[in-house]
Amino acid sequence: MPKIKITTKPPYVDMTPMVDLFAVILIFLMLTTTFRISEPGVVNAPYSISERPVLDFNIMTVVISDDGRVFFNVDNGPDTILKFRQKVLAEMGGHYGIEFTQEELTKFGNFPASIGVPIERMKDFLSADDPGEKAALQTGVPVDSVDNQLAMWVLYARQVNPAVNAGIKGDSGVEFPIVKRVLDVLQDRNVNKFNLITSLRSADVKLDEIPE
Amino acid sequence: MAEIAEQDSGKKGGRQKVKPPPHIDMTPMVDLMCLLIVFFMLTAAFTKAKIMEINLPEKIRDPNVEPPKIPESRTVNIILGPDDRVFWYPGMVREEDYGNPPPLRETTFGADGIRRLLVERNITLARRIYEFNQEILTGRISLPRDSIESEIRKLKRDDDTGPIVLIKAYKSANYGNFVEILDEMNIVGIARYSFVDLSWIENFMVERALGIASTASASTGN
Repeated sequence: MPKIKITTKPPYVDMTPMVDLFAVILIFLMLTTTFRISEPGVVNAPYSISERPVLDFNIMTVVISDDGRVFFNVDNGPDTILKFRQKVLAEMGGHYGIEFTQEELTKFGNFPASIGVPIERMKDFLSADDPGEKAALQTGVPVDSVDNQLAMWVLYARQVNPAVNAGIKGDSGVEFPIVKRVLDVLQDRNVNKFNLITSLRSADVKLDEIPE
Repeated sequence: MAEIAEQDSGKKGGRQKVKPPPHIDMTPMVDLMCLLIVFFMLTAAFTKAKIMEINLPEKIRDPNVEPPKIPESRTVNIILGPDDRVFWYPGMVREEDYGNPPPLRETTFGADGIRRLLVERNITLARRIYEFNQEILTGRISLPRDSIESEIRKLKRDDDTGPIVLIKAYKSANYGNFVEILDEMNIVGIARYSFVDLSWIENFMVERALGIASTASASTGN
């Protein structure tokens, strides 16, 4: 008896809808998010009800990590061709008698995160290739009265870009005297308006419970 | 598609086989997109950080310039202590009271502590801001965002009954408390507040409240 041969095809899953879905998710993620900036130290920003988003440019940020190290960051300005970061570093080098090469300036200009390196070690920091080596050099910008490099950073950042705003991003657990020190350094340079960088939270005011 | 293209051996002979439409294998594309999505999910920050603006009073460098006087009856002093504790006292400490300064009252952060205390003192302005916000929300007034802010600023400027809050921090307070108390000012809508240094007598008052100081001696003063 002849057998009826049923040809078994290997199972076949149509992947096209999956590709469509993935493409949609991908486009959504690319449009709605920004890249997370990795800070060199642990910084858990405190919460506030403010809804104003952080500025994209014209902001210099003093970052205070949970172990009390101070970092400084300044942006390149509204147009990357302005190269504010490079100019600030060149000015700093001029003040402390360190000559930075064009290559070092470019490296500093493109460094994506805050920098907490004493200016004497800046050359080592910029030439270091290993991320671990770089992290080890991030000992914090000196802010004490003997060697107040943060004040110089603030001074030159404001000279290079007069429109710059001051931002402070601190870990909520950091002890107050360090914050006070940073505020004093900024106020000594006549910066009296600060943007404290926070995360959003909600709050309710129980107005109804209070008698007229 | 995970499918092996079958060889058409042509054994069926004679019958014309209808060619199936060509399949494009999408699997590598799916793999790639999966990788991209995972990458974006891990590196992306969905919420942008927010900023809270604060203006600090300019430092007085000229010793001949007196700091501005503020009415004592409206003054509320808030002192941030260690371990998320917060103290307050009304008015000011007069020089003749230095031997026996007023006790500090302790309150807590959050809706039932410091916020309630401030709202009760700031009720006129708080209600006005609340009503204004309600009118915006219900659409009775429609204004661009900037104008809303300036209207609220105007309400605050015209207010002359609310408290004047002086925020001070004891040395072992932390930054989180500092931001939280400033945030509380915004929540309650305090028109006039400032961050000032802790004076030595207040330092003593905090230490007495914490139980670390023994006696107030005039020699510690400066």
